[in-house]
Amino acid sequence: MDSVSTQVSIKPYARPPKGSQPPLLYEPYRATIKRAPLKPMIVLPHTLSEVTGPIFGHEKVGEKDNDLTCQYPGEPIGERIIVSGRVLDSNGRPVPNALIEIWQANSAGRYRHIKEQHPAPLDPNFSGAGRTLTDEHGAYRFITIKPGAYPWFNHYNAWRPAHIHFSVFGTAFITRLVTQMYFPGDPLFAYDPIFQSIPDERARQRLISRFDLETTEPQWAKGFKFDIVLRGPEDTPFET
Amino acid sequence: MKPEIDLVPTPSQTVGPFFAIELTTDEHCIKCVAGPQAQGKRVWITFRVLDGDGAPVNDAMLEIWQADANGKYKHPEDVQPKKLNAGWMGFGRIATGEDGSCVLETIRPGRVAQGTPQAPHLTIAVFARGMLKPLYTRVYFAGDAANDEDPILRLVPAERRETLLARPDPARPGYWSFDVRLQGDQETVFFEV
Repeated sequence: MDSVSTQVSIKPYARPPKGSQPPLLYEPYRATIKRAPLKPMIVLPHTLSEVTGPIFGHEKVGEKDNDLTCQYPGEPIGERIIVSGRVLDSNGRPVPNALIEIWQANSAGRYRHIKEQHPAPLDPNFSGAGRTLTDEHGAYRFITIKPGAYPWFNHYNAWRPAHIHFSVFGTAFITRLVTQMYFPGDPLFAYDPIFQSIPDERARQRLISRFDLETTEPQWAKGFKFDIVLRGPEDTPFET
Repeated sequence: MKPEIDLVPTPSQTVGPFFAIELTTDEHCIKCVAGPQAQGKRVWITFRVLDGDGAPVNDAMLEIWQADANGKYKHPEDVQPKKLNAGWMGFGRIATGEDGSCVLETIRPGRVAQGTPQAPHLTIAVFARGMLKPLYTRVYFAGDAANDEDPILRLVPAERRETLLARPDPARPGYWSFDVRLQGDQETVFFEV
């Protein structure tokens, strides 16, 4: 620490362990080749600009926004599921009021997007988009339809495992997380470069939800658990 | 019995090609960071995202985080003795169009001075198909006298600092441009946060 340190310290966030996050350049995922920076990144000491971030309130979320099965007069086709879990930081503290946004394909593997080319049917009763805020315990819950697998053009006969996209805001701009939740036992994992891009096998497994009988509702919907861990502050504060 | 939760941060995955159905719908885009009542000098920044071939990236999303005109963030960690602009949030979210560009309306932020004082800047996170995790960069304003003493700009090799400067449009006061070059000689400086 130099002598011009100011009075107020900034508490930095811990950096994720090596291998637990994907690299920027991963050639089997072809789109990274022209989009991954190749010059050295500058390691940024955390300032107030990094350890602050948007905090959303209930005005951002409608009461039924977490139920993707009731956005239209009719019910969407497919297997109804309940996806729930908790958002914690890496110190184990729950993250309340975290905005979670999700988007996904319908049960036939088709997204309701203008550039979508997969010739599977659209479901007039399914948008594939939802959002919610975590409660005071960091807990969230969505009701949706199990998405179908989805073909893409990365390589010959390429299929994405069924997944739900998650976007999460934590307490700071650098805890921002966009990820994908997968389903247990998907035979496509071994062939999917996006899933395989995460070097550490244990880290990869963290993206696979688990079937949960406790949150499964009899005669109605299967439950899947997906807990999310965001970066948390380092324990020891330092001064800039 | 609840299984023990593993406290390693969840891995990032790409935002993919179809995020617009949730993240950047008309309702969820925030193209104007500063509401009509926000104090400060109003600016419009045209961003352009370009890939390693210099081709426009037409499926990127930019998120913006910034302080108000006094350099104050709307966040409990900001304990600077300054009053926050009424109604200030400081968050923006925009998506690139077919030409790889998008425009953000905001006000020029003030200097943040908790810790070593920083020059006025916006923090940007770039998301796109083909990016397995977001890229963080910063937008500074060319010609700002405070740039020379900014602690973060000083970490950047002098010959690369220019990539972090928004350029004013001489013909249109208040209009600036900022290119996000993902690769190449003029590759933008990205930060490992």
